[in-house]
Amino acid sequence: MAARNVMKGKTGDWLAVIGLEIHAQIASHSKLFSGSKVKFMAPPNQLVSFFDAALPGTLPVLNKYCVEASILTALALSCKINKKSLFDRKHYFYADMPAGYQITQQRKPIASNGHLLFNVYDDVKREKPRRHRVNIKQIQLEQDSGKSLHDEEKQQTLVDLNRAGVGLMELVTEPDMSNGKEAAAFVQELQTILERIGTCNGKMAEGALRVDANISVNKPGEPHGVRTEVKNINSVRFVKNAIEYEIRRQIDVLESGGTVVMETRSLDDTGCTIPMRDKEDVLDYRFMPEPNLPPLVLYDDTTINSTICQEKAINVDTLRRRMPELPEDQRQRLTEDYGITYSNAVKLVNEEGLADLFEQLCTASSRKETKRLINWCLIDILKCLHQRNLTVKQSPIPVEKLSDIFSSLQSGEISAKSAQKLLELLFDGDSRSVSEIMDVENLRQITSEEEVLKFCTKAVNEEPDLVEVYQSRNKKVINKLMGIVQMKSKGRIEPQLAKRIMEELLERRRRR
Amino acid sequence: MFTSRRSYSQDEKLHKSIPAKPTWHDVDRSTLSKRGVVDDATVELLERLSLVNFNNQAGVKTLMDAVALADTLQVVDTTGVVPMDSVLEDRDLNLRDDIITDGNCKEDVMRNAALTFEDYFVAPPGNIPLETKPASRYRDPDEEDQDKR
Repeated sequence: MAARNVMKGKTGDWLAVIGLEIHAQIASHSKLFSGSKVKFMAPPNQLVSFFDAALPGTLPVLNKYCVEASILTALALSCKINKKSLFDRKHYFYADMPAGYQITQQRKPIASNGHLLFNVYDDVKREKPRRHRVNIKQIQLEQDSGKSLHDEEKQQTLVDLNRAGVGLMELVTEPDMSNGKEAAAFVQELQTILERIGTCNGKMAEGALRVDANISVNKPGEPHGVRTEVKNINSVRFVKNAIEYEIRRQIDVLESGGTVVMETRSLDDTGCTIPMRDKEDVLDYRFMPEPNLPPLVLYDDTTINSTICQEKAINVDTLRRRMPELPEDQRQRLTEDYGITYSNAVKLVNEEGLADLFEQLCTASSRKETKRLINWCLIDILKCLHQRNLTVKQSPIPVEKLSDIFSSLQSGEISAKSAQKLLELLFDGDSRSVSEIMDVENLRQITSEEEVLKFCTKAVNEEPDLVEVYQSRNKKVINKLMGIVQMKSKGRIEPQLAKRIMEELLERRRRR
Repeated sequence: MFTSRRSYSQDEKLHKSIPAKPTWHDVDRSTLSKRGVVDDATVELLERLSLVNFNNQAGVKTLMDAVALADTLQVVDTTGVVPMDSVLEDRDLNLRDDIITDGNCKEDVMRNAALTFEDYFVAPPGNIPLETKPASRYRDPDEEDQDKR
């Protein structure tokens, strides 16, 4: 048993068992079973069709893109795609679900038996992360409910059905995680994957990705304990904190002789879990097959010809071929192809679009310069973006200009400081060409030895005392002379060159 | 003038799916292994889950009869038969393209609402525990006394 999984309690060691249920909102234009628009913020009840409002006489029609999105997600998580899946009704009463039931896939979901391998950074100082695997039990398609705003004062609930009927992918994991860090790392990698394949934007703060954690604790060697469900987690950081809090809470309860109640808890603002308002204790959802929807049948290369309507049929293999490069594959490829460290690859892939930019710049410049380029991308460029709250995609500078700056930097035509200045100017909207700015702002390095000698001579002539000190006692005052040279030349002389010329000059003067 | 009731002569052939003689037979209820029970607890549970009241004793009896009828299905041998849950199961599920064709009809959608507030539907506060009404209210008090005697 790995030591990292063991939690120390007052009465001994404890182990925690965690499983996650994740609802990912499908990034489609229209809803799962109706043609209403899907949009995060909109005036209340503006994006509601008669079907979404459960008015009688309406029927569900399945959105093709939603099915494709679930298949892509399932393939990215190495799941088995069920070629025939079924839809069911799950009945319960709530004001934001006007039909009185939710259409979901209880008997036969669209995919099952997958897994995700991801990195866990147990120790911040260690460079190489640990790989952990979580198995995915199933992925199913289901409808989202509307939104309720509870008004305690007036004793009423305001209901907005804009979200009612939006497509969700429910991802159920096996209880393969043992602490908050692993769960948070899982969610983070899942977010990156979903964004990459474009099926969900992964924004937890907007409710596009909702994580519910099932947590229990037990003493080593004993069976799993009673589990609680924690909801209302809306960031990756809170995934870790909420789970750690709940584990501690359960250990405390059990160590003081109490029992853990099987209940649903909510995460409050202070990071503690509190019992949610009482739901009915008998939760019988009266599952029944959805009579208005025949089975969903999917095809692959071997069976696609058997269907009559080939344009409408979904071919799983076609989607598999359409899959973009997954984050982990990209990280491995970057380290192999460009010789960068794995941790740098992780940083590149983490920032959407940055890895592509890096590769484009690598292609434009010489492949040997990757070391300097990776630092330039990760530090200089990223800093400019973050300061202006921009994503890589929103960067105003075309790749060619960035390439120009970098090649000038590499050749020594400009100093690092000048390159920084160029970046700042361009990010702030300067539309001139790189060459033009370098001319006008006088950013080019002085490389001619004659020119450098002129500046050195000026400095030496102005500061005879410093020269005296240098010649007789202290060689370190050369730095002061260098300072004057840099100031006079506006930092356009490469320090090593300036130092060499200065030393040669002072040596010649000494000999006189 | 009434047309006389048609009677099939030996010459007219029936469709092969129609048996020549009735095959109906009563099911001996004692042979059934499982029998659905509609007791007080079941009645109360059903009322709570469906938010529908039986209204009267006749309602409860109708359910009991329906369950008894369903019980007789057990005599049917379903070995090797895959359950069917939709007569549409041999059809392809129709898929729509992901384009926006609906919505934007707030006034129509909210027209039937009893109470609205600033473009929101107004509902009572959620999760009010439901008071369970006892199932015994459907039983005839005279009958009960008879049983006790």
